[in-house]
Amino acid sequence: MADSQAQAAELDAAITEIVRAEHGRIVATLIRRLGDIDLAEDAVAEALVTALERWPVDGIPPNPGAWLTTTAGNKAIDRIRREAKRDAKYAEAAMLKDDDTPPPDDGPVQDDRLRLIFTCCHPALAMENRVALTLRLLGGLTVAEIAKAFLVPETTMAQRITRSKQKIRNANIPYRVPRAEDLPARLGGVLAVLYLVFNEGYLASEGEGIRADLSAEAIRLTRQLSGLTDEPEVLGLLALMLLTEARRPARIADDSLVTLDQQDRALWDAALIDEGHDLVRRCLATNRAGPYQIQAAINAVHTDALDASMTDWSQVVQLYDQLVAVQPSPIVELNRAVAVAELDGPEVALHVVDQLDLATYHPWHVARAELLRRLQRYDESRAAYDQALALTANEAERAHLSRRRASL
Amino acid sequence: MTQYLMSVIHDWDKIGEGMTEEEIQQSFADTGRFNDALKESGSWVFVGGLTHPSNATVVDGRKDQPLVTDGPYAEVKEQLGGFWVIDVADLDEALDLAAKASAACRHPVEVRPFAGPDGV
Repeated sequence: MADSQAQAAELDAAITEIVRAEHGRIVATLIRRLGDIDLAEDAVAEALVTALERWPVDGIPPNPGAWLTTTAGNKAIDRIRREAKRDAKYAEAAMLKDDDTPPPDDGPVQDDRLRLIFTCCHPALAMENRVALTLRLLGGLTVAEIAKAFLVPETTMAQRITRSKQKIRNANIPYRVPRAEDLPARLGGVLAVLYLVFNEGYLASEGEGIRADLSAEAIRLTRQLSGLTDEPEVLGLLALMLLTEARRPARIADDSLVTLDQQDRALWDAALIDEGHDLVRRCLATNRAGPYQIQAAINAVHTDALDASMTDWSQVVQLYDQLVAVQPSPIVELNRAVAVAELDGPEVALHVVDQLDLATYHPWHVARAELLRRLQRYDESRAAYDQALALTANEAERAHLSRRRASL
Repeated sequence: MTQYLMSVIHDWDKIGEGMTEEEIQQSFADTGRFNDALKESGSWVFVGGLTHPSNATVVDGRKDQPLVTDGPYAEVKEQLGGFWVIDVADLDEALDLAAKASAACRHPVEVRPFAGPDGV
């Protein structure tokens, strides 16, 4: 009995994994064939119910993704035919071919998922709606899961997703890969969504379990995207995520944040670091540097050092110089200054930091506190820790900052 | 094809503020050129510029006797100044045209789809 229960749980987990991996592809294909997101989603949901009935008895089919696509396609056609009998406006839709029509030739890459991600991340949708739609349609997360991950009530999230789908339909947001001349800018928008999802999972302290899943989901979607386009910024973002994710096991100890220089590097995930380094090398070879690639390269320098004292700071500063050139922002200047402190000392760095208008950004106060500490200006350092503490709600970070302040 | 309303909403009391007479004339000329190009492209349905909202009259005919009020419907600073109706393939095309229209008339442009025959 216990055995069959364990087997059932194992099968459930396997089915969940398949659905997560295949959801985007199946929904994307059906949206192209049906021209209707809701119809496609409903059909996939029905196919899943059938799978959950049949697979435990018949076993998981050899190509579960294809099985789900065919089953969902048949469910949709059944529904259209049923409704066509009742409702004349579906009559036309019932003409739909039930074979796999080849996708239209309207972009540099022929993949329905790519079309779908550009629709979900369309600039006419608010950022929070892009994130929700991407996780729902491409990631296959349930509305409840997305709501939990973003700490909003399920009804709020359901409404957000419904309204976004209505806008896609009513405003006629195209289901298409953008024209070549628009592609870099639009791809930038997609990458911003994926990076936001990743950081939501990486930086948050509340609701640890499901939120860590967000990082994994962002990595999976970025990995898929990297298989669909040659744009090096996609590889750069993937490398950046992997090299950040690799350090997750060392990031928190005793419920307190552990800064990069103090982390136990033996805890880092060596496989993720190897893959990340490999991607950074591939990016370098294309010689078309962009912000994500440069940030990945900075992380590669850090993860290359066996301990913090072996970090090649001059290379880090050089990379930040490049980043400032392509993506100037006070936050990038702040990060550069932190690296400069290691090369030219805290006094030079503090001078730079004090010029930046970042008083509402808690990392600015943290950087000042640490630099003032090294300059033995302890009263000012304490005041800076206090300001940083007042601006962050993250418990692990607060624990770390309180400890640092107390050790002055 | 989808029809969209592209509307220019602005504060009528601040119109032309910070612009020289020459710049204002230039924006009229640019808008004229945009309109010509729009007609040529086949996406044009209608274009209209409105007079000052103080010229508006609101009529409420829901009761037996229509109630006539001087002035615009809503007492807000920002009022409709003019609009285009375009007919294009999808929102991307509409947004491209809106960007050109906005650059020509020197105002942000709101893009909103018309409801289809079934009211969605």
